[in-house]
Amino acid sequence: MSVQNYTGNMIFDKNTIIDPKDGRLVLANMIWVIVALLIGGTAGLLQTLVRSGQFELPFGIGYYQLLTLHGVILALVLTFFFIMGFQTAAVSRVCGPLNKTERRLGWIGFWFMTVGTLMAAAMIATNQASVLYTFYAPLQAHGLFYVGLTLVVIGTWLTATSQIIRYQRWRSENKGQKSPLLAFMVAVNNVMWYVCTLGVASMTLFQFIPWSFGWIETINVKLTRTLFWYFGHALVYFWLLPAYMVWYVSIPKIVGIKGFSDKLARLSFVLFLFFSIPVGIHHQLVEPGIDAFWKGLQVILTFMVIVPSLITAFSLFATFETYGRKQGATGLLDWFKKLPWKDARFVLPFVGMLFFIPGGLGGIINASGQMNQLVHNTIWIVGHFHITVGAPVILTYFGAMMFLLPHITGKRISSSMNTMGLWLAYTWALGMGIMSMAMHIVGLKGAPRRSTFSEYGGHELAQEWISYQMMQAVGGVFLFIAIIIAVTLFVQLIMGPPSAEVEEFPVAKFLDEDVKNVGWIENWRLLVIITVFLVLIAYTMPISQIFTENIAGSKGYKFW
Amino acid sequence: MHKYEKIWLTFGTSALVIFLVILGISAVHQGHSPAASGIETINPEHVRDDARFKEPGLYESDTDEYDYELYFVASAFQYEPREVEIPKGSRVRIHVTTPDVIHGFEIAQTNVNMMVEPGLISKYTANFNKEGEFLIICNEYCGVGHTDMTSLIKVTGGEE
Ligand SMILES: [Cu+2]
Ligand SMILES: [Cu+2]
Repeated sequence: MSVQNYTGNMIFDKNTIIDPKDGRLVLANMIWVIVALLIGGTAGLLQTLVRSGQFELPFGIGYYQLLTLHGVILALVLTFFFIMGFQTAAVSRVCGPLNKTERRLGWIGFWFMTVGTLMAAAMIATNQASVLYTFYAPLQAHGLFYVGLTLVVIGTWLTATSQIIRYQRWRSENKGQKSPLLAFMVAVNNVMWYVCTLGVASMTLFQFIPWSFGWIETINVKLTRTLFWYFGHALVYFWLLPAYMVWYVSIPKIVGIKGFSDKLARLSFVLFLFFSIPVGIHHQLVEPGIDAFWKGLQVILTFMVIVPSLITAFSLFATFETYGRKQGATGLLDWFKKLPWKDARFVLPFVGMLFFIPGGLGGIINASGQMNQLVHNTIWIVGHFHITVGAPVILTYFGAMMFLLPHITGKRISSSMNTMGLWLAYTWALGMGIMSMAMHIVGLKGAPRRSTFSEYGGHELAQEWISYQMMQAVGGVFLFIAIIIAVTLFVQLIMGPPSAEVEEFPVAKFLDEDVKNVGWIENWRLLVIITVFLVLIAYTMPISQIFTENIAGSKGYKFW
Repeated sequence: MHKYEKIWLTFGTSALVIFLVILGISAVHQGHSPAASGIETINPEHVRDDARFKEPGLYESDTDEYDYELYFVASAFQYEPREVEIPKGSRVRIHVTTPDVIHGFEIAQTNVNMMVEPGLISKYTANFNKEGEFLIICNEYCGVGHTDMTSLIKVTGGEE
């Protein structure tokens, strides 16, 4: 049977199973996710314990060494491997198997990421890179740490490119057809990724690496910070968009209805592409070296993401309500009770979505100049990203792994695994709820982020912080229990008994499935031009000022 | 487009516009620009040779706009001065810089909160209207002694 049409073809058949050779590439990436979760989660637990004041790290491990490990392995390693694995699975599922060249490219990317991760990990383990995952200059790690991180990024480029090539091949083989939504979403995320990683890649290649090996004497601190955040905010959307793919495309199928609108989904992704990058300065609102005007402009651009976020929220609630009504729900909120509360594939991402309500509100606070100043670099910020990337994003990743792992290994989710998935969701929510609540409150009371336990000379305010830090440790313990559940569950999903009927990779059809695309939505030249244009508007002046104002360079420091 | 969808998006977009207008008005009208904005450079290797940061501390201002100029040097791992007394009710322009790595400058539980970066001077103007002892902490990781960095602002009695 040949693949002709987006609608009703064999690709979208419920029984379509990813090619086993693609499945192995996906699995390799997912194994890294599981390993990273275990290591990073353990580090996180120890940090909350240290900060409670009741515990000291053994074997001469430094708090900031551990914090660097936690950030690098969870924020970069876990997410990157998940995204590469999931997106490869997604294009293979909706466009058909990768060809040899594409698959090889995917594997080369995987090995680049693996070697890079091991390099960076070795530098962290030997305490030569306790610079945290943002590695702000002029703290100077061993050069191999920066080389490792660069290799990881290059690896993601290669694997992402293999996905894009597959998507383009589908388009040239199906001229005039609307591309599969999921593949379109993958392409958007990857294009955004290319544009934003040019920032970090150029900064490591031309600044950090030559500087840390002593080939150049000083580094331009302001430039590296600005380039880091040019990448750093888009990074957040790079984590988030795969979760949105699951929300838009898989969740409706899991609950057994059609997705609300293919057209809206594409529109929201394109808006995320436009407004994820020219906004990084909202992380630099209270620092010197940038004029107030450019800070203000980027704040305004930041708020533009409210529009696609609202589209997403609307589509999801429309989905859930349609589902509830189908189940016979009446009244305004009755549908809520009718949701499939027993299906872990649904519950994991759904609990994540609930965290997004306070998470989104917090984000609006952080991005507004005035309020930002009260919470900047306090532990409020840490609370914030733990209820955004640490809950909606990661729980959705878990939900996707629930079906993806058995799908690629020829298994099914047993009812005991499903129960474990439910427990994972609830334990995680409990732990994250307690921890992030404490962080938000004590952050408003001024407690700083990125700090080990300290009494600050016995100042009474600092005394007040300690009880909240105890609460953070309680949350940390529950989270660690959740991580143990997660790891056990994932191993079982991979190792369980084979099944004749393989777990499906749920891909929904949409109500407007047969409606043609809006003409420009898949005009990539146009999309890239708009993206680059917005970046130029937002960044040309702030970056050229860094050069014209002649800010002195910095030599490296190792203060750990 | 779906009817509800239109209502929802119109509502959302207009809320966004209103919000941005409020931010804009408060920025222009009440002169609120984010802390440390603007570019004033200093050579990080010669911070202590600079007249302003030779003896960091509180000085009467030459201008009418401020009562005092307050200079701080943040370095690994201390603030200078370690303690400073400010008469209640004064309007103070704070200047902070560093000879080494990036630090934070947070007067806990106030909105005086900014980054300190080598090569640049971070400035912010604050009114000290409340009596008490305010804790200054470094809220950006700068090395092992990061949490040892503290200073104290004592706001006292006042002239009137
Ligand atoms: Cu951001
Ligand atoms: Cu410091």
